Amino acid sequence: MRLLTMSDIICIQRLSKSYAGGSNVLSDINLNVKNGEIFALLGPNGAGKTTLISIICGIVRASAGTVMVDGHDHVKNYRKTRDLIGLVPQEIALDSFETVMRTCRLSRGLFGRRKDDALIEDILDKLSLIDKRNNQLRELSGGMKRRVMIAKALSHEPKILFLDEPTAGVDVELRKDMWKLVLALKERGVTIILTTHYIEEAEAMADRVGVISKGRLALVEEKESLLRRLGKKTLRIELQKPVNIMPTVLEPFNLDVVDNGSTFLYTYDKNADRTGITKLLSELSASGLILKDLQTQQTSLEDIFIDMIQKENS
Amino acid sequence: MSYYAIKAIYIYEMTRFFRTIFQSLFSPVLSTSLYFVVFGTAIGSRMQEIDGVSYGAFIVPGLIMLTVMTQATSNASFGIYFPKFSGTIYELLSSPISFVEIVSGYVGAAATKSLMIGCIIMLTSTLFVPLQIAHPLVMLLFLCLTCFSFALMGFIIGIWAKNFEQLQLIPLLIVTPMVFLGGSFYSISMLPPIWQKITLFNPVVYLISGFRWSFFATADVPVGLSLIAISAFTILCLVIIWWIFRTGWRIRS
Ligand SMILES: Nc1ncnc2c1ncn2[C@@H]1O[C@H](COP(=O)(O)OP(=O)(O)O)[C@@H](O)[C@H]1O
Ligand SMILES: [Mg+2]
Repeated sequence: MRLLTMSDIICIQRLSKSYAGGSNVLSDINLNVKNGEIFALLGPNGAGKTTLISIICGIVRASAGTVMVDGHDHVKNYRKTRDLIGLVPQEIALDSFETVMRTCRLSRGLFGRRKDDALIEDILDKLSLIDKRNNQLRELSGGMKRRVMIAKALSHEPKILFLDEPTAGVDVELRKDMWKLVLALKERGVTIILTTHYIEEAEAMADRVGVISKGRLALVEEKESLLRRLGKKTLRIELQKPVNIMPTVLEPFNLDVVDNGSTFLYTYDKNADRTGITKLLSELSASGLILKDLQTQQTSLEDIFIDMIQKENS
Repeated sequence: MSYYAIKAIYIYEMTRFFRTIFQSLFSPVLSTSLYFVVFGTAIGSRMQEIDGVSYGAFIVPGLIMLTVMTQATSNASFGIYFPKFSGTIYELLSSPISFVEIVSGYVGAAATKSLMIGCIIMLTSTLFVPLQIAHPLVMLLFLCLTCFSFALMGFIIGIWAKNFEQLQLIPLLIVTPMVFLGGSFYSISMLPPIWQKITLFNPVVYLISGFRWSFFATADVPVGLSLIAISAFTILCLVIIWWIFRTGWRIRS
């Protein structure tokens, strides 16, 4: 168990949840989120990401454990903790007959903030929604509605922002826009916790990554070190001429053959004492194969993630 | 307590009302006018005066109560059921407010709407019968308390309901019969003795009687008892709502 330090804005201890009559959806979650960081919660469907967020935000009750937000207990001192938090839930939930502006005003008012249309218009502008501010929500496209959900959460100027699968089902361009927005919020000191299916999202933005599977936090780590630690690399070897038969000396290297035999892929652990690259290259030339090009590739978080989940399951 | 939060909910709810102002007002006014035409004019002309009041005038307080009670109940129940249904309740649950703000906003708005409708019906009724109000302040007090307490009950129904059928169920099966059997259109004294006794278990009797007293200074039950009855009902509803939010019943899993 880690101690609360000045830099931790959220401190979750021994948190468990089982819905009425069911088994544990979350088991013994311990997690600290640092002030000002972007924390990505990764996990397959049904892992418990939404439940965890819902507990912190006050929508779902925990079965056991505590959550402290900025030093305040999230149940006893809910007014203080919720005041800091903005939530963009996974599902779009909007009153379709209301206008964009009015629904944002409601969000702001609910959080006890004085009416400030200029501020809301500024947010709508940043989210390219300003032209739609007086439109009813039913007149908006899916992507626009998703942005309205974000605008609502930002309307009360939260210090902590939860984004539950913000880019699920969103086209590539909009996704990039959202990433930009999230990074801009981080610049302003907002702590961001996002859940996602898209590993590339965590890779592009997160400072730290937590992997959750079957209600357990399997791992929490700096994204960089995670990539480094688990980072396998692939050496791509292109040959002058395709080969039909794999020379027996090369068999121990477990090469993948692609491009009709004109390319070998060698996967190695770059942190291992011996990567085997030197040996492989000398065996290649000894076999009389002529190389055209060499290339190395870093394994993505996605590969790591799939790897982890497979290990969990086996 | 967050004043801004109450105001935000209240304004949001009232805007919804004004967006559909025509339906909101038209149907209660139309149905009240029909009651007047049928009961007040057609049948009423053949009815004796009750306690020295013409039948057409006699039914005015009951009609207002009937409308106000059903409107307050349905407005408040729909008001809180809708966010549950559409999922927008996430925002209420995650905002830094307690049930005090939520109830004040939703129930306050529903009570205001039904109060407005009640007043409009009262004005409509003056088109059909000459109306006298013996105790205007008491009348207003009864009207406000009724709007408020039935809006509280509607709020409870809205939280309890799991679908639209259940939302209609209580108003249809309980409120309407209780109001009809509560002496809206007759004096309790016109019933056989045994039914006079049974009727006294109907809380609506006290409300209508008290309300009517404020118009004509005649009542089926003492007006003090009426005030106690409506206060007790209000407190009961408040306790239930307090319990709902303490336990998270049907709102926080
Ligand atoms: N209201 C609920 N009642 C019962 N079970 C639920 C409820 N909400 C979620 N669950 C269950 O909890 C588990 C975790 O769900 P969720 O937190 O939504 O996962 P994720 O967001 O990671 O996809 C799932 O098995 C889901 O079926
Ligand atoms: Mg989810």
